[in-house]
Amino acid sequence: MAKKTVLVACGAGIATSTVVNGAIEEIARKNNIDVNLIQIKIAEVESYLDTADLLVTTAMTKKEYPFPVINARSFLTGIGTEETKKQIVDELKK
Amino acid sequence: MSDCFLDESVILTDIEAKTKEQALEIVAQNLVDLNLVKKSFIPAIIQREAEYPTGLPTNGVSVAIPHTDDKHVKTETISLAILKRPVDFFIMGDGNNTTPVQLIFMLAMNEPNSQLSLLQKLMQIFQDEKTLTYIVSQKNKTDIKNLLKKKLGIT
Repeated sequence: MAKKTVLVACGAGIATSTVVNGAIEEIARKNNIDVNLIQIKIAEVESYLDTADLLVTTAMTKKEYPFPVINARSFLTGIGTEETKKQIVDELKK
Repeated sequence: MSDCFLDESVILTDIEAKTKEQALEIVAQNLVDLNLVKKSFIPAIIQREAEYPTGLPTNGVSVAIPHTDDKHVKTETISLAILKRPVDFFIMGDGNNTTPVQLIFMLAMNEPNSQLSLLQKLMQIFQDEKTLTYIVSQKNKTDIKNLLKKKLGIT
């Protein structure tokens, strides 16, 4: 399984993406998956179109990307966390 | 972990606002007056909220966590405003639906990644219906401050 590059993005690249980044690190560790996490502002996604495998974000995404996008709001509210974790693991294991 | 400023001066109770913009301006203006953020923080936070909404529906009281670029921040701060009546914020990651927000946690952060454990603890508060309901009903700023500091691990 090749190492996946995961973009973790929020509006400012400071607050919520930090929390989501931490959550994904934990998920990866628990499932023994090696990932390359890149924490960015959502506006910076364009520069990673060719290199990323997945985008996990708390921000709105208006356009289509060449990789899957997972909404990570549940990591902030605690509502639906397990489902989001499963989505992420499924993508990372592909 | 670097520390974060939080005392009674950044806890605002009984805030009256009709719109989210009004509410954001009141809270941000207070941070400007206290010299914790630059003046540019005010328009920046309102614009960022319009572009990337931060309303979070929870099992208790809906919250919003407005924040913006670190270049507007002087001192890392967590400010809390309790609104007299909820105002609608768009839900984070969702441009179509709103949530009636009564608690605004305005974050002035200046270093990405430096505050992971603090932010994680903040999100834990959002998942704790009892604490949210307690904060909304509280009028005593010192009690609120002490509770938040304890929950967030700020000394």
